Amino acid sequence: MAATSDAVWSAHGTAPDEIEAALRQLLVERHAENDKFVPARVLNMIAFVDRQWTGEIANRLSGVGRYHASRLLVLAYEPRRERLDARVTIAAEGDPDAGELALLRETVVVEIGKHHLDDLLTIADPLVVTDLPTLLWSPHGHEDVVQELLALCQAVLVDSVDEPVAREALERACLLSDRAYVVDLAWLRSTPWRERVAGAFDAPWLRGELPGITGVSVRHHPDSTVAALLLIGWLASRLRWTVGPLEGDGVTMTGRARSERQDVALRLQAAPELQVRGLEGVTIDTASGRCLRLDRGRGGLRASSRDAAGKTREWTIPGASRGEAGILGEGIRQALLRDATYVPAVKTAYSMLS
Amino acid sequence: MVAIATGVPADPTEAENPLTAGLERLPVGPTTLVIFGATGDLARRKLLPALYNLAHDGALPQRFHLIGVSRKEKAHEDYRAECEEAIRRFSRRAPDADVLKGLLENVKYVPGTFDNESVYAKLGELLDGFEKKAGEPLNRAFYLSTSPSFFPTIVEALGSSKLAHHEHAEVRVIIEKPFGTTLQEARELNRRVLSIFDETQVFRIDHYLGKETVQNMMAFRFANGMFEPLWNRNYIDSVQITAAEDLGVGTRAGYYDSAGALRDLIQNHMLQLLCHVAMEPPVSFTAEEVRNEKVKVLQSIPQPTPAEIPEMAVRAQYAAGHAGGEDVPGYLQEEGVPEDSTTETYAALRLEVDNWRWAGVPFYLRTGKRLARKITEIAVTLKPVPHLAFSQDGSLGVRPNQLVLTLQPNEGVSLRLGAKIPGTRMIIRPVNMEFLYGTAFLSQSPEAYERLITDAMRGDATLFTRNDEVEAQWRICDPIVKYWRGAKAGPLPQYPAGSQGPQEAAGLLRDSDQWRAI
Repeated sequence: MAATSDAVWSAHGTAPDEIEAALRQLLVERHAENDKFVPARVLNMIAFVDRQWTGEIANRLSGVGRYHASRLLVLAYEPRRERLDARVTIAAEGDPDAGELALLRETVVVEIGKHHLDDLLTIADPLVVTDLPTLLWSPHGHEDVVQELLALCQAVLVDSVDEPVAREALERACLLSDRAYVVDLAWLRSTPWRERVAGAFDAPWLRGELPGITGVSVRHHPDSTVAALLLIGWLASRLRWTVGPLEGDGVTMTGRARSERQDVALRLQAAPELQVRGLEGVTIDTASGRCLRLDRGRGGLRASSRDAAGKTREWTIPGASRGEAGILGEGIRQALLRDATYVPAVKTAYSMLS
Repeated sequence: MVAIATGVPADPTEAENPLTAGLERLPVGPTTLVIFGATGDLARRKLLPALYNLAHDGALPQRFHLIGVSRKEKAHEDYRAECEEAIRRFSRRAPDADVLKGLLENVKYVPGTFDNESVYAKLGELLDGFEKKAGEPLNRAFYLSTSPSFFPTIVEALGSSKLAHHEHAEVRVIIEKPFGTTLQEARELNRRVLSIFDETQVFRIDHYLGKETVQNMMAFRFANGMFEPLWNRNYIDSVQITAAEDLGVGTRAGYYDSAGALRDLIQNHMLQLLCHVAMEPPVSFTAEEVRNEKVKVLQSIPQPTPAEIPEMAVRAQYAAGHAGGEDVPGYLQEEGVPEDSTTETYAALRLEVDNWRWAGVPFYLRTGKRLARKITEIAVTLKPVPHLAFSQDGSLGVRPNQLVLTLQPNEGVSLRLGAKIPGTRMIIRPVNMEFLYGTAFLSQSPEAYERLITDAMRGDATLFTRNDEVEAQWRICDPIVKYWRGAKAGPLPQYPAGSQGPQEAAGLLRDSDQWRAI
């Protein structure tokens, strides 16, 4: 395939119906240009961003690989703006080879001011594809706008590690989850860890060790306390632990939970040496004397297990890092799925800080 | 077999693992995969790249080892280098150096012929060694990626060397196609395989079943209420299943000339597609329930008699012609094809599914090489409306509705409808309402082998063919193979390369039917 080709329309002082008409006309023109150009119809995404950061947001979204929303509506906010300006781009993945199709992706950037916020729904509503699920992303805060736009959206994308205070991040996620499906990038960063912990106890003769867990220690990037809390919240909610409060100094947090059989010691430890956001490692101890330790490593997770007799074994579990762009792409993809284990995990994590 | 130091509790709990809820990827038990035919084309082009991509996605078991077995003498390091070269060349994504290194660290190689006892003794030592090092039992999956003539030899050697069963772990055998070349061979192979392994341990590969598109057919039929009421002889007039290739025999002349189009595609893949179209809704989406329903369909297809075969089966071979704007040779001029070969490169069948739902509905199957283009599709033609009040003059007229499920190249569903041509007169012409999977999903379909290897290691046999299924497929095709090889078959028709196929194929159709353009 050749490089991406764009068709562009823009206008100053425009209105939503004019933008929507331009979208339809551009689609007709692109299809006339090449009948192998077909619009993708998967997901709407509304990004509410501060106008001065639109370039940064565009860069982040350009790195999501194939997980682009089929229609991206960027509401670029500049408080003192009076006029509605818009730019519509319909990009084709390239000239399709014989027998192939090229998907069209639509990006609508609308520049709005403070006085547009009162009628924000009437601006956004005509510009999303009816009947497609819609994902909302507001990376620069604007909680009041988020609450308004949720009326149009089925899912909301958050990154709980972006919030400076873990408790507030978890509280926000809990509140949002009452109104929409929450896709939390902090949760997605823990997916490989959850998969591996689940796998480590999956053999029938090891499942019996789960009620015998006596200690969980999670090491994390200093900015990713929430990711560690979510991992512990997941374990506690899945294994029906009763959790107590966590206490600490911001570098180390400790607490206890109660399982059916015994107390579980909980520990969160910041790992300043970790270069990327997310988790550095997790250690799980059981009453039988077993210990599983997983650590981030090159080309996968470094695993270490100690059996009940005290013998230790180490090995590598291969897996490539997805990187931050990959995590964002995964977040967009997850808007079409439903993971019922997040809400119990985040609520459990929040209860440990309340 | 060595004792595992940590041991396994006498009463292991079978309770559900509560940590797997919500995970897209379910855990796969620790496994050692042994590939027989480890230096062959399939291993290099498909299996090794699939394993790399599973490793890249973090989808391999927590503990995973690979052992390659092949005749050629070489050191472990040399085989690892070959694996790396194959992965770099054929993987669907550029390999990550660290992931690749981690995967290759766990690769070993055993040289020797498949009938050599010492090969299995060495294999046993390696398998035991991995378990001892891991301190836990590891499942074993033996992948038979060899010439079919070695399948019984390998299976029986696994049995005699006590590698076919494990007290504390699962042992599975994955068998590539073709599973026999005749009904008798398939029965004999099943007998020999099942004398060593239990059916639940056997995974017969039909890689078509690993394709996302084939699995989508189940979702299409059984997750949408609008089609099932029409999905029977009262509303459906005929079904056409096409698997056309635009390329010639290429580098596969050796295998292909001994197989032919009927055995290469219809006996397995296309009959599977037919099953997916015709099967009853399974009670649940489990391996046994799904395969039970497919077997019922195959058993409903009457076995062709020699007298019926000329009326319901057509074969042909491609002659020189034009494809892709170039002159291309005929089958007999292809490298590696015997000059006097009578192998068919095109086969078409008209089958009946004699059951309550489908009695009287013809199922047309056709496949061929060097046809006009590459396409795999299922076209379901509905019966015409009972009365037509509209003018047919001046237009293409009203045609029966046709539902087309395209499996490749552009996976999707198209529904042909009648619509009024804009204007003052009430004139109808057919239009298409199209749905393309590529426009509606963000995810990329995994390669069929990635899915199938994972399922086999997990012990999920839903996408694998069962012993009775294979034999039922052969029961339909075997008489046709025999007839075509016999004296009564008559001369082998030819069709020009790049064409729609032989004219003789039209003879299979009822008067009211026509082949869809390829």
